[in-house]
Amino acid sequence: MNRAWLVLRRLLSGIGVLWGAATLTFLAINLSAGDPALAILGGPESSPSAELIAQVRAEYGLDQPLLVQYGQYLGRLAQADLGESYRLRVPVSQVIGGQLGATLQLSLAAAALALLLSVLVAVLTANRAPWVRALASGSELVLSSAPSFVIGLVLLLVFSFGWHVLPPSGSSGWRALILPSLALALPLAAVLTQVLRQELESTLEQPFIAMARARGLSETGVRLKHALRHALVPLVTLSGFVFASLLGGAVVVELLFARQGIGRLMLEAAINKDMPMLLGITLLAAAIYVVVNFLVDLINHWVDPRSNAV
Amino acid sequence: MSLTLQPEEPLIDVRDLHVHFANQPAATLKGISFELRRGECLALVGESGSGKSVTSCTLAGLTGAGAQVQASRLAFAGQDLRRFDERTWRSVRGAQIGFVMQDALGSLDPLRPVGKEIAEPLQLHTTLNRAERQARVLELLRAVGVPEPELRARQYPYQLSGGLRQRALIASAIACNPRLLIADEPTTALDATVQAQVMSLLESLRSERTAMLIVSHDLAVVSRLANRVAVMHNGVIVEQGSVEQVLHDPQHPYTQYLLQAGRAVHFQRKPATARPVLSAVAASSGVASPPLLQVRNLSKAFKGPDGQRRTVVNGVSLQLQRGKTLGIVGESGSGKTTLTRMILGLETPDSGDIQIKGQPWLQLSDAQRRELRRSIQVVFQDPLSSFDPRYTVQRVLFEALQVAGHLRGDWLPRARELLGLVRLDAALLGRRPIELSGGQRQRIAIARALAAGPQILVCDEPVSALDVSVQAQILELLDDLKQRLGLACLFISHDLGVINHVSDDVLVMKDGVAVEAGSVREVFDHPQHPYTQALLDAIPHLESGRRMAFEFLKLAI
Repeated sequence: MNRAWLVLRRLLSGIGVLWGAATLTFLAINLSAGDPALAILGGPESSPSAELIAQVRAEYGLDQPLLVQYGQYLGRLAQADLGESYRLRVPVSQVIGGQLGATLQLSLAAAALALLLSVLVAVLTANRAPWVRALASGSELVLSSAPSFVIGLVLLLVFSFGWHVLPPSGSSGWRALILPSLALALPLAAVLTQVLRQELESTLEQPFIAMARARGLSETGVRLKHALRHALVPLVTLSGFVFASLLGGAVVVELLFARQGIGRLMLEAAINKDMPMLLGITLLAAAIYVVVNFLVDLINHWVDPRSNAV
Repeated sequence: MSLTLQPEEPLIDVRDLHVHFANQPAATLKGISFELRRGECLALVGESGSGKSVTSCTLAGLTGAGAQVQASRLAFAGQDLRRFDERTWRSVRGAQIGFVMQDALGSLDPLRPVGKEIAEPLQLHTTLNRAERQARVLELLRAVGVPEPELRARQYPYQLSGGLRQRALIASAIACNPRLLIADEPTTALDATVQAQVMSLLESLRSERTAMLIVSHDLAVVSRLANRVAVMHNGVIVEQGSVEQVLHDPQHPYTQYLLQAGRAVHFQRKPATARPVLSAVAASSGVASPPLLQVRNLSKAFKGPDGQRRTVVNGVSLQLQRGKTLGIVGESGSGKTTLTRMILGLETPDSGDIQIKGQPWLQLSDAQRRELRRSIQVVFQDPLSSFDPRYTVQRVLFEALQVAGHLRGDWLPRARELLGLVRLDAALLGRRPIELSGGQRQRIAIARALAAGPQILVCDEPVSALDVSVQAQILELLDDLKQRLGLACLFISHDLGVINHVSDDVLVMKDGVAVEAGSVREVFDHPQHPYTQALLDAIPHLESGRRMAFEFLKLAI
């Protein structure tokens, strides 16, 4: 089939996802209790006059019917205008842009760490002695069921307050990145290792593995050159889950380690009912999701040439 | 590592070899002895579980950690294999011993280009650089008869046919010019014409310098390639000798039994006795009666991965009379499976017409179809995967009886009756499929098909996965059932011997088209279409030229 058409279809479906995300978030925020006008005026405690509230409502178009607000919102989105934050009174895109770098840094570091750890542990423990496997799967069970903030707290207690080797908070320098990315990566790595090891073990049963051994390939060679690639296929499929867990985990971890970033921004926006900000972050997440999925398909084709590209 | 060999010393010297796996109650190999010299080809023949694959794995040190290997002598090129550590083994495997493992279709890594697999032993055992390795890979592919080697080396296994995959696998095994080539079931799972090609390839690889060990369940394959045969049964070599001697003057009862079963299943051009009883039944039913199954001009196309529509079945017509057997023969990709699925109502044809008992199968409502479906039942190739592994035999049969409309109180006596019909003990009712042998499973599958009281039995490669002696038993059972129950049978197989054995009429399929049809005698004795002729020529014959000369000699004496 025509490659250009495939790319176009992919693009259209990406726009569809973004539109869906915008609509759902818009609905969710408007259906939840609370008055955005109050939020704009400084939250429920500020008790502004009724006139002031009416004025703000008119100014932000909040007195319009919901459908009209929705239409106006989509219209602005089409012009790449995410609107202005109710609380900070600056364009949302500017705020997000300022925080995006820190979160990307954290997520990418955590993703790389998780991948590295899981591949290493899975390759080393697959089909090994029972006690090795028991030890590995035991720790995986603990790590994958413990929430990120518990792991983060333990890491803080040990490395920052116990041994004083790593800073407990802050956003500057690679040393400040280690603990937060570990806290984010460990639960993820635990889940990925379980999947990887299971897949490795079933691949090691395959006839082509026996054949590779018959050619004189060593056990390590068999694992790295043949089995690992097969084990990576389901991992790539899991990347949607990986992405979600990184973003969700970032909120907690950024707070715990007092880091800047989108997670913290999202929490503040939610507490303050800062609608443009929330919508902006949701759209960003959706956009990342679309891009990640596209990349996943490309990677999938590279790992497994039998699957279709684009 | 240098392995030097005295001229008179055998390359492989095995004496009193025992192998015992930790998870098994009895030893798998119970004291086997054999020798293999350069220039020789030894065939290990036996049915599944006889220990022949374990023997070949022992020679490559691949029995795994759970195996206990004992022998009074176990030598390769004068070296004691029992003293090899893992590192030494690795330097021998792929370099001195080339191993073509069982499962031709699954032994290449599906995620790596074929050329990389062939280059693997070169990378491990030689000092050739990348460009030299690439050149050697192309040379090897050419040597094993792969056309367009440059293209093929870059392709993945899924892009190659079964025959090409087996050739590539052989190329990877001979890449380093090993002194010993072990081939475990090298032609199993391949189509007849491809089988013949792979056999000639192996034949051409025999040389004065190297020795070959062929493991096979198929005596016909062996008789062409080997000069010596060792017949294995339950972990023991029961008979060993030259091909002529073992095949034509077998001493051990098991060898005789194996040969007999093989003859029953294998193709013979002019069988002395036809299936007399069956043809009698068929004759009595009369020619004038309308066919049970009538298929007219059936076509089906599928959309390929490239988006092109590919016609898989193209205008096929056939009819099946009461009590008769129609064999459909063709190689993989000939469309016989799709044709069967359409007849079973599992696939909707693009055009054409199917009538079962005079009713238009395709136009019926779902309810009417269910009613009619009872009269057409199916037995698949792999019974294990067509059973729910959690179901006991009893539950499998009860389910079929329930669907067939029997009342609950009727199930148990009827299930016992069905087991009797397929000659199984009623004690098996409590077992699960995994606990049964291949032959028993296939009998259960037949019993399940019979539960609905069908008039047409569709058998899709029902014996392809079975040992030859079991094959003969199942074919005999089917013959018997057809006779007793007056069943009509649609028998699909790639094996001309089996088709010849069971069918009254035959339909030869190639690329979705029925190229030839008629009575078995007509088609097999006087094939008209070149493809049918090629298929018939490709069959490895147990009764080889050597055998004829031998017979002649015996007569002369």
